Amino acid sequence: MPAERVITAAEAVRETLAQALRDRPEVFLLGEGVADPTGIFGTTKGLVDEFGPDRVVEMPVAENGLTGIAIGSALMGRRPVMTHQRVDFALLSLEQLFNAAAKSSYVTNGRHRVPLTVRMVIGRGWGQGPQHSQSLEALFAHIPGLKVVMPSTPYEFKGLLHAAIDDDNPVIFIEHRWLHYVSGPVPPERYAIALSGPRLVEQGSKATVVANSYMVLEAIRASAALAGVGCPIDVIDLRVLRPFDPTLILESVRRTGKLVVCDTGWRLFGIGSEIIATVAERAFDALKKPVARIGLPDHPTPSSLALAETYYPGSGDIIDAVGKLCDLPAAAVSAARAEVVAARRGIPIDKPDPAFKGPF
Amino acid sequence: MVTGLKASPGIALDPSLATNLFREMLRIRMIEEEIAKRYRDEKMRCPVHLSIGQEAVPVGISAVLRRSDQVVSTHRCHAHYLAKGGDLRAMLCELMGRAEGCCGGRGGSMHLFDPSVGMLLSLPIVAASIPIGVGAALALKQAKRDDVAVVYLGDASVEEGVFHESANFSAVHRLPVVFVCENNLYSVYTSLEERQPPRPIADLARGHGLHAVAVDGNDVVAVQRAASDAVRRARSGSGPAFIEAATYRWREHCGPNFDNTLGYRSEAEFEDWKRRDPLEFLARHLTEHGALNETQRADLAAEITAEIAAAFTYAEAAPYPAPDTAEHHLYAG
Repeated sequence: MPAERVITAAEAVRETLAQALRDRPEVFLLGEGVADPTGIFGTTKGLVDEFGPDRVVEMPVAENGLTGIAIGSALMGRRPVMTHQRVDFALLSLEQLFNAAAKSSYVTNGRHRVPLTVRMVIGRGWGQGPQHSQSLEALFAHIPGLKVVMPSTPYEFKGLLHAAIDDDNPVIFIEHRWLHYVSGPVPPERYAIALSGPRLVEQGSKATVVANSYMVLEAIRASAALAGVGCPIDVIDLRVLRPFDPTLILESVRRTGKLVVCDTGWRLFGIGSEIIATVAERAFDALKKPVARIGLPDHPTPSSLALAETYYPGSGDIIDAVGKLCDLPAAAVSAARAEVVAARRGIPIDKPDPAFKGPF
Repeated sequence: MVTGLKASPGIALDPSLATNLFREMLRIRMIEEEIAKRYRDEKMRCPVHLSIGQEAVPVGISAVLRRSDQVVSTHRCHAHYLAKGGDLRAMLCELMGRAEGCCGGRGGSMHLFDPSVGMLLSLPIVAASIPIGVGAALALKQAKRDDVAVVYLGDASVEEGVFHESANFSAVHRLPVVFVCENNLYSVYTSLEERQPPRPIADLARGHGLHAVAVDGNDVVAVQRAASDAVRRARSGSGPAFIEAATYRWREHCGPNFDNTLGYRSEAEFEDWKRRDPLEFLARHLTEHGALNETQRADLAAEITAEIAAAFTYAEAAPYPAPDTAEHHLYAG
């Protein structure tokens, strides 16, 4: 058996874009920096050399206008892939995304389609502060007509991005910057992962932990530590926020009776809130304990490391929440917590954990 | 200042072309008047932004367009849709919320479209359709088609950032797009002077490197001439163009009534523009040249009246969409 090829998520994105550009003449890339020497954290690096400036289009700094232009081209059968280096920049384009892109199929009774993919990079760390490190997936997931995807592993990045580009609807593809560094096995050939729901990452029985994007890695680390103290859990990677398919989550909660949700964004009005509401509506009788909701505290992201130290929840918070729901002895919780703290080896919270480089 | 066709040098006064332009304007006028008349019946249960007084712009523009050229419009889209060849029954069905409406009853009067004739879409957020039209032009260029995109906008649209973003991009990439600004002097009740400094709107387009002209938007032949030049440039790869067409909306911003009594504009100003009625302006010219007499005009009107009556009868009898289809088509495919 040849060893599986292991690459980073950033490399997986670049490979996906190159394959899409090669396979489909109607695909083109658009973004601020998409053709520059660094190429959006390496995800588009060098593609302009292979495909030329008409397919890898460097754009003026005009997010709303260029989003509308991408939508107009998509209505005419092109397949644009737009990239924002920060989700915060994409806020300027919400009018076009929410009004034009999201409603085109609906308002035309299905006659128009908008095969548009918008990559939006979220992230954290190194003092990026309140307007360079937000996690705004809940905004997009609120809008009927958009699809919203948050990949976790490199394998998922590639398969979900192919599916997004192949999809005839506007897809908001939200990439956590710290996941770009993560490596994992990725088949070189083209493959797509249907934009149709969550995946079960770990199977346990004591509790259900639903996470998305970077928080999936924190949940996996928590899961390993919890298994070590006799408390195996289900970890579910939400991955496709919209269309929202809670089937797997409901099945899991019916088995475990306990639910923890972990957002990369704010706790209040977040994705986790929607999951909890759905479970309360459809599996209330299965719940044995109140649910737990993990996410960012109710204030913007501070720049200073001193202020950000307690801002981001991690695997320790997941262990605490599961421990409480499962009535784990304090010693077990402490042991599991000690394991994840040790695994982090004192890395400050504003830097990615090298141990998270994978392979996953 | 209105000038005669004689002051438009270079126009071939082809009587059949001019008569066609007249017929198109008359048809749009009569359809809009009929909508206004019947609006109080409350069968058209959506806002209507009538184009009465502004017919010369879309008719002059569409006269030089191909079916495969793409048009995007705004909330005031009836005339643009009709002039491009949009289906009248589908429009009236849409205004009445019927299943056979161009949007299946999901859009109403501000979302008229008909892709079979290149009427790509209409959007009711001021300036929002501008980049869509530029994107259509980008797609035409990428697909190596020699069609053009026409973007209708109002005078307030140039106050929006997205106009400038779109104009800038169209110039950088020399896209086959023609921006047609219908300057009717008012954004709802707010006059142009209250919103913009005293400089020509076309200068904004020139600032972005677009070929720009200003025309009398009530002179359909002048509009057609400007459109012919702009579309030829765009089609031949010479890049985007901008036409500012001065015109005037006779009735209220939204709805079937006259609203000069509100005081935001004077009766004298309104009367002055009514004297510059694009229809009568062309009719006088045609009559002077023996291309239109009273009988011919009455025949045209009768023919159009019959078409409109039949279309209303059809739409009023057309079925509504089934309530349980309201959730359909959220996603394509």
